[in-house]
Amino acid sequence: MEPVGHMHPSTLSPTDHLWQVVWDRGRCTLCGRCTAVCPVRALELRVCRSRALNLSPGLVEKPSNTYGAYHAVHCSTEIERACVGCGMCGLVCPNDAIAPVRSAEIDRLRFHNNQGGEPRRRGGRRNDTTGILDRIKFVRISMLTDPALDAGRHEFEIRTLLGRVLPPEQAVAAATEQGWIPPVREIYPLIIGGMSFGALSPTMWEGLQMGVAYLNEELGMPVRICTGEGGCPPRLLRSRFLKYVILQIASGYFGWDEIIHALPHMKEDPCAVEIKYGQGAKPGDGGLLMWYKVNKLIAAIRGVPTGVSLPSPPTHQTKYSIEESVAKMIQSISMAWGFRVPVYPKISATTTSLAVLNNLARNPYAAGLAIDGEDGGTGAAYNVSMNHMGHPIASNVRDAYLNLVKIGKQNEIPIFAGGGAGKNGNLAANAAALIMLGASGVQTGKYIMQAAAGCVGTESDRCNICNIGLCPKGITSQDARLYRRIDPEQVAQRLVDVYLSFDSELKKILAPLGRSTSLPIGMADALGIDDYQAAQRLQIRHVV
Amino acid sequence: MCRLFAVTSEEPLSPMVAIKALDVMKEGHDGSGVGLFMTDLGGDLEPFKNSPILSGIFSQEGIKKLDRYMMEIGLLTKYKFSIRPTVEPPTGTPKRDVYLIRVYEYPYEWDGLSQAEIDFRLMKIRLDLRAMGAEDQSMMVFSFWPDVIMIKEVGDPMQIADYLGLDRINLQARIIMAQGRQNTNYAITLYACHPFFLQGVASMTNGENTAFGPIREYLSSRGFPGYSGYESDSEVFAHILHYTKTKLGLGLEAYKHIITPLTDQELVSHPDREFLRRLKHSCRFLTIDGPNCVIGCLPDKTVFMTQDSKKLRPGVVGGRPGMFAFSSEMCGLEEAIPDQQRSFEFQPMKYDVAFVDARRTEVQRWNQWDTCIRQH
Repeated sequence: MEPVGHMHPSTLSPTDHLWQVVWDRGRCTLCGRCTAVCPVRALELRVCRSRALNLSPGLVEKPSNTYGAYHAVHCSTEIERACVGCGMCGLVCPNDAIAPVRSAEIDRLRFHNNQGGEPRRRGGRRNDTTGILDRIKFVRISMLTDPALDAGRHEFEIRTLLGRVLPPEQAVAAATEQGWIPPVREIYPLIIGGMSFGALSPTMWEGLQMGVAYLNEELGMPVRICTGEGGCPPRLLRSRFLKYVILQIASGYFGWDEIIHALPHMKEDPCAVEIKYGQGAKPGDGGLLMWYKVNKLIAAIRGVPTGVSLPSPPTHQTKYSIEESVAKMIQSISMAWGFRVPVYPKISATTTSLAVLNNLARNPYAAGLAIDGEDGGTGAAYNVSMNHMGHPIASNVRDAYLNLVKIGKQNEIPIFAGGGAGKNGNLAANAAALIMLGASGVQTGKYIMQAAAGCVGTESDRCNICNIGLCPKGITSQDARLYRRIDPEQVAQRLVDVYLSFDSELKKILAPLGRSTSLPIGMADALGIDDYQAAQRLQIRHVV
Repeated sequence: MCRLFAVTSEEPLSPMVAIKALDVMKEGHDGSGVGLFMTDLGGDLEPFKNSPILSGIFSQEGIKKLDRYMMEIGLLTKYKFSIRPTVEPPTGTPKRDVYLIRVYEYPYEWDGLSQAEIDFRLMKIRLDLRAMGAEDQSMMVFSFWPDVIMIKEVGDPMQIADYLGLDRINLQARIIMAQGRQNTNYAITLYACHPFFLQGVASMTNGENTAFGPIREYLSSRGFPGYSGYESDSEVFAHILHYTKTKLGLGLEAYKHIITPLTDQELVSHPDREFLRRLKHSCRFLTIDGPNCVIGCLPDKTVFMTQDSKKLRPGVVGGRPGMFAFSSEMCGLEEAIPDQQRSFEFQPMKYDVAFVDARRTEVQRWNQWDTCIRQH
């Protein structure tokens, strides 16, 4: 056997990689589309040597060799050019000659993708298909004692409230005494969670905003979208569409200079302001927009130089206690809009969520609490944060809701749950389960990216390169060559499709439960699960 | 489906009027139970209007426990109207020792207490007795309130009425609410049998309220001991009404807006939209999800009927000046008031509340699209 020559400890064979590319020489026309589209330049055309052995029957002639060469599509085994499994090669191939295949065994790439001492960073998701939400069933079906409703023809009011709701006694008193009543928004219970202008491409953002505007103005669905931390394009801030937008302020305050300056010019108040203290995908870590994506436009909106990474601090540096952090920020921001806009915090799901919630319960200006579970997605995070940090959303929301029930404030502080709804495609069922566990509404991001824009990410570590601006679909890229692949009109149309189908599916869940007049928040008596421990933990029915 | 019948009359009536009405509606119920609520009493109990009356079912042991408990508080028996059946009960009906109807005299120590405090104490006594009875099943207490009698039992309403001798002349009331079925949707217990009563407010409901779970949780977390029990999803209707009246100081109109609020879209064009929007937000956890027909009685002796917003349960109001009935079936109304004037007949739809006040001159109608300024 020939020696292999010099080998580096990180020299990997194709099968050491998570993704391998299978190429069919017979079908390939060497058009080069796959090598051109590959976002990480894993694919390259290569000249290969061929050898044919010539043997004639009966050994009349001496055996000989014919040497030749052919062109092949080769997949690199270099760490930095490893195939990410996005499948764009197969998408553009006219002859179906190429496709990535996931390794059947555990890859060895994971031991080496920390070259230069930099741990792996990526975007996407936790890459774990398991979770409790898909296992929750709706077991209280209306049978004869109360007729099930007709999901297609019955009138449903699928609405929720975002804002601090006064207890009935105080609301009645405030109405008669002309007292201050906190702002409350009547919205659709599925919110597009914070994905920043910067994390998303301009075309993706435009598409989502157009879709949201259409849902509101043409279909009468009060859908709201959160900006994430990155500000808001100036024209949107000064437009009537701002009322469909939840502005997010996070520890980097990116974009808030622009927002504050736009205040006098705003035609409408925003739907709400979300103060981000944490997110599910990388709890305890700040936001991160890597330098690849900080181009001139993004830098201008965020008020930063171009080409530098933008990590937000893990916490709001100007604040040192929960009272400072929450109460004063909520009050300051409320004041900026004359107390006409609900202001609420968003935190990572954590065992300490109840401490935050109890603090909010005592704060009459707190408009709600958004809790983001470990299955939340992100544009950029350390691999270890995504995979190992965080708390599942289901039990955290349940604990929070039951805590509110204990103090009788379940209607006063709406809880919004995010992180994992629809991660395996079951958005309506997951959202309904979270609502019945006690959430007033659900935030979703990844599902929207997948369904409205065709994000190729899955829970099997596919693609996950949102962080470096090379999104092959142009969803999370700031490179015009990539984001021109998205037509904002089509994203808008798909977003409308997603909401309409979600609405129909939600009705298909609510109708057999006999619910149509109000959203079944906390209707845990309708839920069941086949796991005894989980049933005990969530205080729902154990069904086998 | 539960059959419901309520009657309000100038002249005191025997509960048999309601039982007979239930009987003609029998086609639609299984005769598995009966619940009676009587107020504005006539007959032998007329002189005791201001004294609290205890209604319930007791064993001999239960009576002893009751007496000890009441003595301790200083509540003395003023008048007894108890039923001690001497014959075998109808098939399916348990044998009980005493169907207690006992009038008490307030202790001297209660003199000078505010009405709210007296009301609270009466309720607390009922709850304490219920809890004591739950230990050994020696007593079931349905009401402890002035001018109110409640009787509940498992079995066919007409057979139970015969068995208990309810046709006796001295048991009469001007307002009678009756329901003719033991519950089916939750555990079988007399505490799940309509009508339900709390501090002067009574209601009964047919259908099933699918929002029961969160409503029960919400009421239970109000910090008011009376919001408890909930063996039936229908009990919350009485408690929401109680909450509307006593905690919010609002009337029947607000009650309707709380249990079946107008949609966000509808509210836009309502004259009281600002108030109603706030009420809807604040009482979001009290929104019912029927189908339900609710018949109830307020402390001022107004009897009403309203529907949930899906309107899948029947209900009719009718009668003549001096006597009106609220019935889940037309035939019940016709049986009770054969000389009813058709012009009064009204079937409330999803926005309506129909009610007859203590003057008993007409069926008044109120619609959710009307302004809420006039309040009960």
